[in-house]
Amino acid sequence: MPIPLNVLDTRRDSREERGPAVPPTEDVREQVFELEAKGEWLVQRVPDPWIGVTTKYGRIKKIPVAKTWHHKSCGQCGHIPGYSTAIFWLIRKLGLDYNDPKDQTSCTAWNYYASATSNQGAQAAVAMRNFGAAYESGYFPMIHCGTSYGHYKEVREELVHSAQLRDEVRRICDKLGKPFVMPEEIVHYSEWIYAMRDEFAKRRVLDLSSIDVTVHPACHYHKLVVEDAIYDPDVYGGQRTAVVSAVVTALGANVKDYSTWFDCCGFGFRHILVQRDFTRSFATLRKIDVMREEANPDVVLTHDTGCVTTLDQSQFAARAHKPNVGIPVMSEAQFAALAMGAHPYRVCQLHWHSTEYRPLLEKMGIDWRERWREFEDDLERLKKDDKAFLTWEDADA
Amino acid sequence: MVLQARYADVPIEEKQRLFDEVKADARFESYLYGCYECGICVAACPSARFYDFSPRKIAQAASREDLPMFYEQLNDDIWNCSQCFSCTRCPRGNNPGGLITIMREVSINNGLTSAKTALEGYGRVVYKIMSTGTQVSPDMLQPNAFPDWGPHVQEISDNLALWRRALPPDTMHTTSTAWYVDDRTLTELYLIWHMTGVLDMIKQVDTGLHMILNDVMEELLEEAGFTPE
Ligand code: SF4
Ligand code: SF4
Repeated sequence: MPIPLNVLDTRRDSREERGPAVPPTEDVREQVFELEAKGEWLVQRVPDPWIGVTTKYGRIKKIPVAKTWHHKSCGQCGHIPGYSTAIFWLIRKLGLDYNDPKDQTSCTAWNYYASATSNQGAQAAVAMRNFGAAYESGYFPMIHCGTSYGHYKEVREELVHSAQLRDEVRRICDKLGKPFVMPEEIVHYSEWIYAMRDEFAKRRVLDLSSIDVTVHPACHYHKLVVEDAIYDPDVYGGQRTAVVSAVVTALGANVKDYSTWFDCCGFGFRHILVQRDFTRSFATLRKIDVMREEANPDVVLTHDTGCVTTLDQSQFAARAHKPNVGIPVMSEAQFAALAMGAHPYRVCQLHWHSTEYRPLLEKMGIDWRERWREFEDDLERLKKDDKAFLTWEDADA
Repeated sequence: MVLQARYADVPIEEKQRLFDEVKADARFESYLYGCYECGICVAACPSARFYDFSPRKIAQAASREDLPMFYEQLNDDIWNCSQCFSCTRCPRGNNPGGLITIMREVSINNGLTSAKTALEGYGRVVYKIMSTGTQVSPDMLQPNAFPDWGPHVQEISDNLALWRRALPPDTMHTTSTAWYVDDRTLTELYLIWHMTGVLDMIKQVDTGLHMILNDVMEELLEEAGFTPE
């Protein structure tokens, strides 16, 4: 089914004639500052320099360039470690200052959405403990996981609207000796990638003009506190979040549309862990199959933990009865890093991925056989205890 | 045909009590503004495609305060939800997925049998997140846990410690947690679980897990000089 982009163009034109509309939702950030003025909490300012990006209803959101405190993701660090590594590599490649903390916990929202074995107070306290730790370090939180990001934005709204919840959480932070502080913006790493995309494009070393990409926008990025996600009228008529898609275009690859882009991936939080028949069926039937049919992409790019895991891992079992599957999946951070010459194994750690990605690397002009040989040499050296760990210097050797 | 024939033996007062708990949640008001029955949420809902499940019915039962239907959903439906929040597309501003989050919390707090069943096999994940501060760890990638992910899970598990050492970020050399979390931070997390009653919630659904968690936590808390209230 072709996507009616002409409808979107008409809508955009009429919007331009009407002029800017008043956003239908409040700007919670104003209340965050009001609460600071009342002495209820501190607000951690986005450090200079920052880049202004446009959110769904035309408001400007500040994205810090550097001095970022990396709120890591359970599933990324645990099962797709090339995801987090690629984010850090991109930052280092631009020579920017960052902090990869050891006093960070998970947002615990994956568990909350899976099992509900938690409550509003606990979830808010976990968030504010992490924000307090970031504030103490002098670095600004950058959230790697889409679920952490969406959940923290919900927590922010709940705290803003409930004095009782603020009191409960403030008491806990006092007990922990942590400052009670709310960041001025809640920033997802994919927003930083979006904001910095031209810098990546300048440093691109591969020709990606023959690479077709389908984008899966992460549910908890754009469906929770929707008004705070980044949109751009030039990306899908402003109907779909601009993160990821705009990065693909900036890097010179081709975004291909497909009709089920709004559908989730099938992760399901509890389903991926204990009821994967649903996850596999949804991921292959509603996403991978449809992408193959309508867009036939070389790669699926997304910007969240669960989506990479689900879309990638679900394809193996489906091979038994669906010849159509077999599209590699990775984050846009890994894709951008590859485009800028990052090592597919030392940095992007593609050996942790399931679906066959080597034909994609070949098409991108990457000699994966040689790169794998290099990585095997690294592993040999580690095995012989010539060195304890692979370092950043090794990664770029 | 009699509708809502299930759970007819459960007294209406009990259904009312549980509904009142859901309604008393601070978020309830902002998750429900009545319902047009338009079905947009159902069209967007992944779980509706594969289960006998409907976010529209969740919103309907809650707005009409249809206690028999609410009770059925509390037992038979809510664990099918994917918590993707695609249903926030609702033109009325409803959040059926959010209502389900609250219903799940109530069902855990009350130790409903359906909640215990839904969490069967999931206890190890609760243990991991609550005791280590990260939800999934590299060492969970075992072929018997993920047989449907293919032979590469075996390869990862065979090479796990070595492959983790081959990661440049120095917070990620861990195998039993997703990244390195220091002890002080863990202790703070334990204190949060204690102070917010989350451990009591666990007790309702899994006494064994509750005991193990308490043991792990009390020791570290005492060492750090924290006394849970
Ligand atoms: S949150 Fe639940 S009810 Fe809402 S769309 Fe997702 S699966 Fe359906
Ligand atoms: S989208 Fe909203 S109004 Fe329409 S059926 Fe669903 S809950 Fe009701």
